[in-house]
Amino acid sequence: MAVAEKTPEVAAAPAAARRRRSFKPRYPGWLTAPSLLYYAVFFLGPMAILVAFSLAVQQGFGSLKYGFDTSQYSQVTTSLYLHIFERTLVMAGFGTVLAVAVGYPVAYWMARYLSTYKMLALLLVVVPFWTSFLIRTYALKIILDPHGYLARDLGINILYTKYAVAVGLVYNYLPLFILPVFASLERMDWTLIEAATDLGARPFTAFREITLRLTLPGVVTGALLVFIPMTGEYIIPNILGGGNYEFVGNVIGDQFNQAQNQPFGSALSIGLMAALSVFVIAYILVATKEEQFGA
Amino acid sequence: MRKRRLRAKHAFTAWAVVVYGFLFLPILVMAVFAFNKPSPAALAGFHGSSVCAIPPAQIGNITVWNGFTSCWFSAGLHDPTYIPAIVTSLQIAAVAAVISTVLGLCAALALARMKPRLRAPFDALVYLTLVVPEIVIAVASLIFFVQARNYIHGFPGLGKVTILIGQVVFNASVSMLIIRARFVGMGDVLEEASFDLGSGPVGTFRQVTLPRLMPAIVSAALLSFTFSFDDYVLPAFTNGTTNTWPIVLYSAVRFGLTPAVNALATIMLAVTLTAVIVTAVMLRRSRTRTGSGDAALAVQVLP
Repeated sequence: MAVAEKTPEVAAAPAAARRRRSFKPRYPGWLTAPSLLYYAVFFLGPMAILVAFSLAVQQGFGSLKYGFDTSQYSQVTTSLYLHIFERTLVMAGFGTVLAVAVGYPVAYWMARYLSTYKMLALLLVVVPFWTSFLIRTYALKIILDPHGYLARDLGINILYTKYAVAVGLVYNYLPLFILPVFASLERMDWTLIEAATDLGARPFTAFREITLRLTLPGVVTGALLVFIPMTGEYIIPNILGGGNYEFVGNVIGDQFNQAQNQPFGSALSIGLMAALSVFVIAYILVATKEEQFGA
Repeated sequence: MRKRRLRAKHAFTAWAVVVYGFLFLPILVMAVFAFNKPSPAALAGFHGSSVCAIPPAQIGNITVWNGFTSCWFSAGLHDPTYIPAIVTSLQIAAVAAVISTVLGLCAALALARMKPRLRAPFDALVYLTLVVPEIVIAVASLIFFVQARNYIHGFPGLGKVTILIGQVVFNASVSMLIIRARFVGMGDVLEEASFDLGSGPVGTFRQVTLPRLMPAIVSAALLSFTFSFDDYVLPAFTNGTTNTWPIVLYSAVRFGLTPAVNALATIMLAVTLTAVIVTAVMLRRSRTRTGSGDAALAVQVLP
């Protein structure tokens, strides 16, 4: 990767530089070296050890023997753990669908109906993000607490259930969905809608045939942007699920915190990445296809 | 027809109001409950100098309103665990922001105008660092750091340094993407002009590229700082015995806390809001002076 890009040596050869008409100032390729080195050591390094650990054998408490042992992976695919994977993906999928359902109309409202206060509305979506993730989740816990107003006076007692986890997911990731969808709605040409309605299309048909189609790439991007971190979520199921509703991330954490079964935790981690990569690859395929057809 | 369109507008506005309410209600509750007294039942059995000296285990139900007190603010600011943890988090976040931004800036400069064929593997690596779930990076970093300490003489033990090392991976990627987006959007006309006028690569960088990239560099640094300061999962596994603010917060949320936590969170939100408003006003002033409006960048500054 250490490519010796041509450094523009203007001082050395001014005449030559002046003669080249399509002169492009470039920064040398070696500037990528520090971060490349950093990623190689502190990102690929841990990932490599993770793979090695997942294939190692646990010997007694905390000592390992490296090898090529796939028994951890067969344990990952037992029904108990497959069920946790399924639950994680279903919950993340459900949270994503909720984020779309809640967030799309808001983004639509900002792009379509606001002008002076558009930026302010966008800013307000992000303000909750300025408090700590944990504080936001804790604040939800206060509201959902069985002794709180919601449970006592309205009878909505959902703390430590999957519903509380779903609320936490939507709450914490909603802004992350609204931003890209707003960006794609912002780029839309609203005169297309006027043309369609003038030609007799009902408003909903116009929306379905034009707005929805044109903003679909933004929706898909936004959905993936929230789906991925939701799948790896650790804090929300712990605090709002109270340990009753663990995600794969929590099980992985337990293997390193309490159970001290690091090879199994490593295999679970690889399993989680494999599950996620299916979605990422599907997205890349769809995105490149969209590009080819000029959507 | 017109009427129907107006009705649609009202429906969307109503929905937006509901969603904004949903987004802000917890924040509001957090701030209001920073002024909440311990439950009356708990206070009946407590004989301390101040109601805010009551330990978390005896505080009773603080998810309903029990009465007004402002003593949690001073209790929070004098707490023996919260304040050192906040200081630690600020230190780590500041260093993480500087290192990530420098790494991101260097990579962004080189990558932005590199041939796509050479750029692709680097991009893939960057996206990988963003897509891999944080819990996976956390446990992988944990076993990596433990092994490194076993085999490499002088490798730091689990603590501030290992938290920092782990966080820079993600933050450098984010910084790189932000700075590169700005760099690509900027075009290279002015740099070309600078070269034509006889300035060398270093002079051009210092006088043309760097000043124009500054907004993106600042937002990358701020974002890295925020991510690092707010990060729980990675430090929870690579901290050793070091306590950061999110770690203290997490165990407090799980095992009992007082509204002192709300008070500290409210102070931090107030500080952040003030800083953002001041920055926005300053940016607007400098923008009207230089006349380079950039709404997209304003969005980027936001975490």
